[in-house]
Amino acid sequence: MTIRGAPAWRLVTTLAAAGGMAGLLIVVVFEWAEPRIEAHRAAVLAAAIDNVLASPAHYDTLYVVDGALRETPPEGVLERDLERVFLGYDESDVPVGFAVTGGEPGYQDIIQLIFGYDPGSGEVVGMEVLESKETPGLGDKIEKDAEFVAEFDGVQTPLVGVKQGAGQGDPSEVDMITGATISSRTVIAIINNRLEELGPLLDTYPATVKR
Amino acid sequence: MKSATTAQYDLIRGIWRENPVLIHLLGLCPALAVTNTVANSLAMGLATFFVLMGSSLLVSTFKRFIPHEVRISAYILIIATFVTIADLVLAAVVPEIHKALGAFIALIVVNCMILGRQEAFASKRPVSRAALDATGTGIGFLIAMLMMGSVRELLGNGTLLGYSVFGAGFEPWIIMILPPGGFLTLGVFLLAMGWWRGRTEGAQARVRRWPHGVATRRAA
Repeated sequence: MTIRGAPAWRLVTTLAAAGGMAGLLIVVVFEWAEPRIEAHRAAVLAAAIDNVLASPAHYDTLYVVDGALRETPPEGVLERDLERVFLGYDESDVPVGFAVTGGEPGYQDIIQLIFGYDPGSGEVVGMEVLESKETPGLGDKIEKDAEFVAEFDGVQTPLVGVKQGAGQGDPSEVDMITGATISSRTVIAIINNRLEELGPLLDTYPATVKR
Repeated sequence: MKSATTAQYDLIRGIWRENPVLIHLLGLCPALAVTNTVANSLAMGLATFFVLMGSSLLVSTFKRFIPHEVRISAYILIIATFVTIADLVLAAVVPEIHKALGAFIALIVVNCMILGRQEAFASKRPVSRAALDATGTGIGFLIAMLMMGSVRELLGNGTLLGYSVFGAGFEPWIIMILPPGGFLTLGVFLLAMGWWRGRTEGAQARVRRWPHGVATRRAA
């Protein structure tokens, strides 16, 4: 069969050759870029863990598998596909708390954050927003407003969001940001929901660890 | 412009007289979406420049081998390859900017400025002329992006490239770094361009008009 102008085989071979070259080029660049992208991701996460757990001496990665924490990932599953929590230790190897990640839709898009949780006292000990596209100048205060971020440094769980100045001095109160109610509420909800899911596991650790 | 050679004209045409954004109104999606800071505008402008240059060189080199019937598919394939490369390189080298630009890097594929230059120019001209045209158009796009980015960052954040310009007393016009700010800024620029073009074309038309009486004398 011929199509007007060039024969069909030429059309097919042209596109096939172009596709093959494109694939080759992309694979070469990908092989170069992938380890760098992965390294950056790991560095960002490590810095965030360091931040929310107030610079632990070292930390372990634990995997949430079938409702239990494990120290090693199950065979045949990629590490990045697993849900992970991070357990930080101080210099004398005493656990200082867990770093837990979570994400939920905020005002614009999904807010991703990491927070530190101390099962001993039941307190959130730190929070850092990892990813958000919240409105600049309003919603993005959840990461840029130092006062708001500092609210999460030692607050009893479950958290309760209150309007600025309306707090009763309860240790579980978090002052929300005026003009960023939805974003503030989302941050609080992410932490509460994640602790509802994982709290029992974290509180009873290391009893829940499967070796 | 008459004194300029073809090569010079290929190069300078895209920079201002036929600026892709301000005159042709092409590539408006990135021009509106990612020009909220100078750094983002610069990264987007450079990434687009890279894709435009790579695609123009390849399309112009292989124009004899690409049958007319599948040319659009072939161009898009070439453009998409360079976009993927730009995406990976930005993610590996400047991850913060890559994060800020988000999906808009991938959307360079459908920047009609790039496909337009392939179809209208690179596929019909020698490699050297295609390269000059890509340089001019790419610089023109970069200039438009930087103009938008400077105005929006300056008014919307009080800074330029992150350095404070107006000091702490300045209350940022948040709207300028939000989507409406993109439309407002572009609108003002287009208005200014329209006014400027109207003036220069009006002047040229007056020069060309025959003096009184010439037409009647010729007719006689």
